[in-house]
Amino acid sequence: MKWMLVAIIAVCNTLGDVLNTAGMKRQDEVEDLRPRTFAHMAAGIFRNPLVLAGFAALTVSFVALLSLLSISSVSFAVPATAISYLLETLLAKYVLGEDVRLRRWAAAGLVASGVVLLSF
Amino acid sequence: MQATSLKPLKGVKFWDQHARKTQILVLVAVITNVLGNVSLSHGMHQVGPMLAGSLLDYLKEFAKALENPWTILGICILMVWMLSDLALLSRADLSFVLPVTASAYVLVAISGHFLLHDRISWERWTGIALITLGVILAEETPDRTTKRPSERRL
Repeated sequence: MKWMLVAIIAVCNTLGDVLNTAGMKRQDEVEDLRPRTFAHMAAGIFRNPLVLAGFAALTVSFVALLSLLSISSVSFAVPATAISYLLETLLAKYVLGEDVRLRRWAAAGLVASGVVLLSF
Repeated sequence: MQATSLKPLKGVKFWDQHARKTQILVLVAVITNVLGNVSLSHGMHQVGPMLAGSLLDYLKEFAKALENPWTILGICILMVWMLSDLALLSRADLSFVLPVTASAYVLVAISGHFLLHDRISWERWTGIALITLGVILAEETPDRTTKRPSERRL
């Protein structure tokens, strides 16, 4: 059950971030920090099916996290976070078409291992 | 535009300007992430553990938690975080945003050490060092490598 929840968290978290990225790339780039720019962005989100699907996936991930925390300690949620970093980088390269080379792979790997060590 | 744009220097390319604005958004996202989580955590500790037998009990506990000012403050700051994170994703790669915003972990650990006098074990110091290295490596890559919709049409 625990590992099932870890898998759900990692997959839904990854799916949510990838959908949000794909969706946000279809909207105008946010160019500045003016409130009007953010209001324009927020209005666009509600008409953006990809971002709405991303929110749904992140909600499932959050509920699964709450369930996991209720049956085990926080440290059990760490593998899910670490796996997400690697899975998201993989999808960023092959689904979103980002230019992921050695530096970004190294960055994702270092952060994932750092997150694991921080839980000690 | 006025709020964030810096005077363009002679010879500075478009991408340098683009990266600078992305860095400002990264800063906002990281700071709101840390402040929001610290505030929410402080509030939830004051409220106490949420023990509920049924969904209705759980919702009641949740409503009670919302009466705590720290909880409300935390939620408000995290909403700003969510918006700044989405703004970041509108202009930068996911494989750039992810490692770079992980600096929030470092900030939480370090501020816990200095403000709350948390002891940091050598494993955690190693974790902090690895994440910092990852952030620096990702920072050195261009913030956006995919084409904009307008460029695709050309």
